[in-house]
Amino acid sequence: MTILDASPALAGHWIPVCPYTDLLPEQGAAVLVDDRQVAVFRTFDGALYALGNLDPFSGAQVMSRGIVGTRNGEPTVASPMHKQVFSLVTGVCADGSGVTVPTYAIRVTDGTVEVSVV
Amino acid sequence: MKDRERMEDRTRMRLVVVGHGPTAHRLIETLDARGFDGTVTVFGEEPRPAYDRVALTSYLSGKSVEDLTYPAPDGVTLRTGVRVTAIDRVNRAVTTDAGDSEPYDVLVLATGSAPFVPPVPGRDLPGCFVYRTIDDLDAIRDASRDARAGVVIGGGLLGLEAADALRGLGLETHVIEMSGWLMPRQVDEGGGSVLRGHIEGLGLTIHTGAGVRSIEAGPDGRVTSLVKPDGEAIDAQVVVFSAGIRPRDELARACGLEVGERGGIVVDASMRTSDERIYAIGECALAAGMVYGLVGPCNTQAEVAAERILDGPATFTGADMSTKLKLLGVEVAQFGAMSGALDVTYMDPVGGVYKRLFISDDAKTLLGGICVGDAGPYNALRPFVGKPLPGAPSDLLFAGAGKASVDLPDDAQVCSCNNVTKGRICEAIADKGLTDVQGIKDCTRAGTTCGSCVPMLKQILVKSGVDVGKALCEHFAHSRAELFDIVNVRGITTFSQLIAEHGTGRGCDICKPAVASILASLGRGHILDGEQAALQDTNDQFLANIQKNGTYSVVPRIPGGEITPDKLIVIGEVARDFGLYTKITGAQRIDLLGARVEQLPAIWRRLVDAGFESGHAYGKALRTVKSCVGSTWCRYGVQDSVGLAIALELRYRGLRSPHKLKSAVSGCARECAEARSKDFGIIATEQGWNLYVGGNGGFKPRHADLLASDLSTDDLVRTIDRFLMFYIRTADRLQRTAAWLENLDGGLDYLREVIMEDSLGICAELDAQMERHVSTYVDEWRATIEDPDKLRRFVSFVNAPGVPDPSISFETERDQIKPMLIPLEVTRR
Repeated sequence: MTILDASPALAGHWIPVCPYTDLLPEQGAAVLVDDRQVAVFRTFDGALYALGNLDPFSGAQVMSRGIVGTRNGEPTVASPMHKQVFSLVTGVCADGSGVTVPTYAIRVTDGTVEVSVV
Repeated sequence: MKDRERMEDRTRMRLVVVGHGPTAHRLIETLDARGFDGTVTVFGEEPRPAYDRVALTSYLSGKSVEDLTYPAPDGVTLRTGVRVTAIDRVNRAVTTDAGDSEPYDVLVLATGSAPFVPPVPGRDLPGCFVYRTIDDLDAIRDASRDARAGVVIGGGLLGLEAADALRGLGLETHVIEMSGWLMPRQVDEGGGSVLRGHIEGLGLTIHTGAGVRSIEAGPDGRVTSLVKPDGEAIDAQVVVFSAGIRPRDELARACGLEVGERGGIVVDASMRTSDERIYAIGECALAAGMVYGLVGPCNTQAEVAAERILDGPATFTGADMSTKLKLLGVEVAQFGAMSGALDVTYMDPVGGVYKRLFISDDAKTLLGGICVGDAGPYNALRPFVGKPLPGAPSDLLFAGAGKASVDLPDDAQVCSCNNVTKGRICEAIADKGLTDVQGIKDCTRAGTTCGSCVPMLKQILVKSGVDVGKALCEHFAHSRAELFDIVNVRGITTFSQLIAEHGTGRGCDICKPAVASILASLGRGHILDGEQAALQDTNDQFLANIQKNGTYSVVPRIPGGEITPDKLIVIGEVARDFGLYTKITGAQRIDLLGARVEQLPAIWRRLVDAGFESGHAYGKALRTVKSCVGSTWCRYGVQDSVGLAIALELRYRGLRSPHKLKSAVSGCARECAEARSKDFGIIATEQGWNLYVGGNGGFKPRHADLLASDLSTDDLVRTIDRFLMFYIRTADRLQRTAAWLENLDGGLDYLREVIMEDSLGICAELDAQMERHVSTYVDEWRATIEDPDKLRRFVSFVNAPGVPDPSISFETERDQIKPMLIPLEVTRR
């Protein structure tokens, strides 16, 4: 995945959320898009991912505060509440339960991070 | 056959249940779950539906009737406050005291039992009670308002429950037990005497081998005293009979059903009485030659009857009467037989622990066991009853679960939080090719709740032929102790350097916090400096403890639990101004809950300005050093426990470790600070200090071991310095000192050699590391609020820094806030 061209086919309406430099490597941040909470992550290699901020196991809006890492090379985030691990690429939980958090399109335009939740 | 045809004509079976207690409830619930399509009519003589009788005593400590009442089953006609007066077996109908009758195709008697009240003169006086229903408890509570003292007649399980209740109502409490010791059905004489020691320690008076001559009334006609056969009178305004139960079989007797010689409605293995249309279940039934009074067997009987009513094949052929319970704060457990050709006994009357195992005459087979004060062996050993001993008997008495677990039978429960058996775990390992504990957690949920079975999961993996190795996770092939040495020796300062040189991938929620902790223990800068921030769990990220709704709690340090009125007022003002919920913690500090991330810096600015600093409640670090009031005030104290606790807390504050560290100092042997339940605990002696290490509360309590006696304050501090540093250097990730010490080869003796006799020649280095920690300590919160870079992350939304998280809302309970959670919608793919 390159940070400049994130699945435009899915993307409808791009909403700027913050300067790219506001995001720290291997950390998440929550953004408010209309009334939807989105967790955006910047991984070690500079790539960006966006997931729903709602932890489906606890019901709290906390996914952005999880630890970012890898599982077999795939970028992941672990829920800070009860440590379930989710793929940043697909949103699927690694525990085999099939629980999935939504993923959103994300890109950088002129140094500004944009998210599309359509 | 004819009956069946007639029933089919009517198409729906008419089931009538007499009695609505826990067993009847289980019957109805089971029928409902299995799709019973007949009509169900239930008669209960109590004025309310079935409630949890096991939890009865909690009614007096604040639970409401609603809390205890079982959820009402759908589609059942429930008639409470109505007593069935007769059964007409010929016409198949019951008549009631309401004057009507109800026809049945199948009748279930679940009439329970009545407390046995021995024929003692005065037993009907006002002030005499039994202990069975909510009405009984209401009456006892009313009578206790004007009472000084109470007596419970009967020192069995229920009698001690009742005694606990009287004590909770503020009465001076006596227990009279006929036999030579308490709980004669569950424990032997030795166990009974240890149990008695615990209960007398709570201020109750126990009379064993004693009966009752009479109960005497005062001028107002109410109970004033109870006279024992030896003439001793006990002052008492409340008397509770708990001398056993008698099955309620009177309806069955009157309609000619077979009953046992000593009571109880005779049933066969299908729970049917001598009339095939009538079942009896629970405490009224004489099943497999016994009347069962425990909830487990009664529930099984209810399930068997339900299945039979649905034409299933279930049978009840007796039940395991093993019990494990906690009474008046004392663990009591009994499993298997209560005698055997051989036995191994451990008795510690001072510590209040008694354990005894019964073994076959060839010393090969475990027959049973009794535990008082520490029920540790119960879970590990109960599955082995009737099977070969899984280890040397003395090891089994002490090591309990840890060492025996590998040879557990497949049906043994390994994770009790999620009810996962060893068989299920082995199956998952084999079927899914699991190679690590995380895999077991993901597949079975074992170890995901409290985590105390994780060491057992590791052992099961090894036993299954999986080379677990010591790898921390998929990113590092090293153990935590090895990583500590690598970071220490090679002078590594960042996670990136460590993983590039010694690991693979980009880390995870296991190795990142572990490495962050190592870096912090070795004094490699503020935990939120640069890249280190990305390694921290959310608690360390925000220097606060995350709560279920995504808010955080704030715990300022209150060293030794000592605080000035002015500082107390500041905490109160901060809580009020930010609308926080406040609660006193078990560690002698104050928890402020419900803060949103963007509020944390402002809250801490106020606290830091008033002289508070981080309490590290969020960190794997020293929490508190709790203390009793000590020799300064207490007439029993022999040393200044508060002064020492404060000095130790200030010395070790901020020290990062493999897991949290707790400590306490008691000013005398009465041990009011509970120091022996801590990672390091200190108890004052006339000569100095005794140091105990490796204690633990929590899920798996462990008393700390005495490491050294009568130390001077200097020697004490030096020994603790080395103990902590040696632990930090060598322990596994998330391994408390209790587990570390238990797994340390050579145990306590080895620990003494290393840190007191310097057998490894590392003491100078341990001392230097602690000195560096002490001299470079800075308050994490002060450093954070003074650094705009670190403050940047304290926003709910990076694109709307001023907006609070709209998903967080509160309601009010007991004049304080409480989180309101939004119902979950989970997507599965």
